[in-house]
Amino acid sequence: MSSDPATPAAKATEERLDEIRKAAAESAPRGGRPSPAPQIRGRESYYGLPVLKAPVWTWEVPLYFFIGGIAGMSACLALVAQLFGNEAALVRSALWVALLGAAICPVFLIADLGRPERFLAMLRVAKIQSPMSVGVWILVSFSGCTFVALLANELIARGYTDILIVGVNWAGECTAALTGLILAAYTGVLLGATANPVWSHNRRALPAHFLAAALGGAAGVLELLGFLIPPTQLIGVVAAVIETLLGVHFELSRLPVNAPLHRGKSATAFRIAGVMAGPGALILRLVSDAPPVRRAAAVCFLAGSLLSRYAWIWAGRASAMDPEALFQMQRKS
Amino acid sequence: MTVSAFLTDATLCIGCKACEVACKEWNEVPADGMTWTGLSYDNTQSLGASTWRHVMFLEQPAAAGPQLAETTDPFRWVFLSDVCKHCGKAGCLEACPTGAIMRTHVGSVLVQKDVCNGCGYCVVTCPFGVIDRRPDDGRAFKCTFCYDRQKSGLIPACAKACPTQSIQFGELAELQERAQMRVHELRERGYHDARLYDPQETSVQGVHAFFVILGEPENYNFPPAPEAPTAYLKSAWTSAVICAAIAFGIICVAFAF
Repeated sequence: MSSDPATPAAKATEERLDEIRKAAAESAPRGGRPSPAPQIRGRESYYGLPVLKAPVWTWEVPLYFFIGGIAGMSACLALVAQLFGNEAALVRSALWVALLGAAICPVFLIADLGRPERFLAMLRVAKIQSPMSVGVWILVSFSGCTFVALLANELIARGYTDILIVGVNWAGECTAALTGLILAAYTGVLLGATANPVWSHNRRALPAHFLAAALGGAAGVLELLGFLIPPTQLIGVVAAVIETLLGVHFELSRLPVNAPLHRGKSATAFRIAGVMAGPGALILRLVSDAPPVRRAAAVCFLAGSLLSRYAWIWAGRASAMDPEALFQMQRKS
Repeated sequence: MTVSAFLTDATLCIGCKACEVACKEWNEVPADGMTWTGLSYDNTQSLGASTWRHVMFLEQPAAAGPQLAETTDPFRWVFLSDVCKHCGKAGCLEACPTGAIMRTHVGSVLVQKDVCNGCGYCVVTCPFGVIDRRPDDGRAFKCTFCYDRQKSGLIPACAKACPTQSIQFGELAELQERAQMRVHELRERGYHDARLYDPQETSVQGVHAFFVILGEPENYNFPPAPEAPTAYLKSAWTSAVICAAIAFGIICVAFAF
């Protein structure tokens, strides 16, 4: 190939120059405009580079949101089921779901830390102004309350119907339900009360979205455990209706700050998640209440609500990369 | 007790990056790579876990400003050394769940590296995109305002190394006054877009590092109206409480029927 020094060498050089240009173009900074001599005009950002830092959270955090939500809402279901005198097996299963969730959550939270061995540093302060701190203490309280409630519940099931144990059971379930509600809701505040444009703009909708996902998710898990009863069906329908309405709301909010919900990878995931947890699950539930269809609806909702937590994190990453969306949001307010 | 501040002046900066070097050396901040960006002479790009001073290079089609020799088009080249703003109400400090981020006696915001467990919440609550987690270390880092030097009566390394007094260090009120006077003086000399970037009116409640700039704050990636995310807490929690009550109501109704 290289026997002729004239033409192939010249050709190779041109190709090499193309290669160099391509490599240079590919190594251009993320968000930056291409050389040569980019200039900053009017109220443009600094060469289109991001103003904010993208969230550093990895796959563990959205999974924690998902499991924590289901666990928290399961404790609520357990309390209400017991209040209305439902079968003990339902209460017991719901409490087990809550406790298992509470046991798994810290694993993911700790795994996501930059220094996991220092997780106890979280417990040296309690700060009401930090949703992260509130969340840690809520998770700790929830675990404790759920454990006590379940322990008392198991004792009662084995015939220890002492008034003290019954009292402890009720106290445990009430506190578990209360902390469980906060556990399912605070994650929306955790994202909403940040400098991230798409999160902070949607700070009122985020708790609603996460609570709806937790509500339908907890009912779905109980259905998959065999409790194909009217209440779980009704909760599943209502949660899917709320998901549908929220999906419509997010789709119609065409502000630049919501661009990550309408464009790119995060939007694709967000829409798929919204359709699965919203209209998808809803249609399945309205079509038939045969057990296989209800299980399918539960799986559809659970998968959608899990994906939507990831989509929110991806949307946050995309939002942090967009300086113009941040500027527009701040100029308006 | 004196409250410390930085006044960084774009009209005095020559873009030498001595502040970046001095900061790295004094604070033993590790190298964090370099890319040839093609964005003027800025190959640092932004503040980060291992970049606590960042010299910006703005090429602008504007007539008033330091001119490049022998150009016919309106053109100016502006430099500015960016730094952590040490907010009056700091998003990172409020959000930190370990108490690792604290307010020092000179009014600055400091990350205690022996406490930080790298939860990453400060990264998303800083309205200026300053603090970040160092990937190979796991903890969050940012400008310390050379608290170690200040405790010994020394001025921060960047201010000490600055050859043009573009980075001035001193008492907060005194520097604020000096900054106002500087902007007034610049405008009288024909720099009509000279201004002070010192967000006082928003929830960040003033900063301990403010900047004399030419042009719009956005050109320097400065948020026009930065908010400490604590300002969003009330509306977010109100929604959370209402929605949680509704969710509980839905469960009650479902089991009542």
